Amino acid sequence: MTQVTEATVPEFATGVRLRYDEIRSCWILLAPERVMMPDETALEILRRCDGRASLGSIIDALAAAYDADRQVIAEDVCNMVEELAGKGILRR
Amino acid sequence: MSGTVPEPPLALLAELTHRCPLQCPYCSNPPALLSSRDELSTSDWKRVIDEAAALGVLQIHFSGGEPMVRRDLEDLVGHARAAGLYSNLITSGVLSSAGRLEALARGGLDHVQLSFQDAETGSAERIGHLHGAQAKKLAFARDAREAGLPLTVNAVVHRQNLDRLEAIIDLALSLEAGRLEIAHVQYYGWALKNRDVLMPSRAQIEEAAKTVEEARARLKGRLVIDHVTPDYFAQRPKACMGGWGRRFLNVAPDGQVLPCHAAQTIPGLIFDNVMDRTLAEIWRASAAFEAFRGTAWMPEPCRSCDQREIDWGGCRCQALALTGRADNTDPVCKLSPDHKAIVQLAETASASRSESFRYRRYLRPANS
Repeated sequence: MTQVTEATVPEFATGVRLRYDEIRSCWILLAPERVMMPDETALEILRRCDGRASLGSIIDALAAAYDADRQVIAEDVCNMVEELAGKGILRR
Repeated sequence: MSGTVPEPPLALLAELTHRCPLQCPYCSNPPALLSSRDELSTSDWKRVIDEAAALGVLQIHFSGGEPMVRRDLEDLVGHARAAGLYSNLITSGVLSSAGRLEALARGGLDHVQLSFQDAETGSAERIGHLHGAQAKKLAFARDAREAGLPLTVNAVVHRQNLDRLEAIIDLALSLEAGRLEIAHVQYYGWALKNRDVLMPSRAQIEEAAKTVEEARARLKGRLVIDHVTPDYFAQRPKACMGGWGRRFLNVAPDGQVLPCHAAQTIPGLIFDNVMDRTLAEIWRASAAFEAFRGTAWMPEPCRSCDQREIDWGGCRCQALALTGRADNTDPVCKLSPDHKAIVQLAETASASRSESFRYRRYLRPANS
């Protein structure tokens, strides 16, 4: 299995959709046999996984947006992408 | 009664039909199968889909029987997509053509779940009782991938095929499935009639758990494997359906709305029909949904158990099938007074030499 790096360009796996749910007033991640309600942090990352942006640039954007330590952000983002790839939600 | 307004459901199982070319002896449909005359029309299903979306349903599983016997499937899938629902087709794959899958993909189908009865053709076709089925399924999987549809392979496992679990995993890989669901037979309805032929041995279960664990580690990032320890060999019950009336509803081919696909095995439950009430009314107030919703109905040892809002008392249909009462604790739970009897029952059934299936068939002639 390839490890996630900052050069990785994550995108949603086929069959995975992110949509806003008016009834529950929250974002929902829809995947085969799975419904997930991503928390705010996860959502910020997922919305940037468009198949074009590299993980490095996503980390830059998040560090800037939250005025946070880049290294802390980088670790969180890589761990989450790794985990979601293992679950078949993201492709990397 | 729960007394509060329930959270909206996440998913709807739309059983479009009970008609199916296969005759699997563990079919989840009820023993009294409905014929095409009893089925909801296209426009009624479309109304149900709209009502489901308005109620908060996010995913719709088109199932059966074999949903591809319905010529309006493409129409219904398109309608579900337009309503914002994530759609999943649960199919045996024996009635398809490449053109039909492409049309479904174009219409917005999100995902396909294809069943395999075994990896080995002779055994698979004995279980499904349909000659030539395996080749059709393999072709279906290829067509699905070519149409760009993500694929889950579903394999129902039992004593007759568990020794080929490795081959089933290899099959899923070779078909480029993203997911493999290894589903142990649940013993009610048809499967209960075939328990002596299907019940695996404890050794098979232990071997299967090892095989899955090893494959999960080896295939991480390539194939997601869903596998749950089968009930009769477990210590704690599963939160059946995520809890009765909490996550799912099931619309049967004739419009009856059920909290789970086997709920009709429970005598005395009163079901509502989409022809009489809206899905929202049924979800909130149907007697069948209220019967075991929440925790107020629970007997001891569930009532005071700290797991009661985790497993929700387990499976009602199983409690009925094994203890004679649907409102008993699921006897899979080691705290149930009936647990020892279940373990004994599993041992006895798995030691049976019986090899002849009672196939899923219409008890009265179908007009299809």
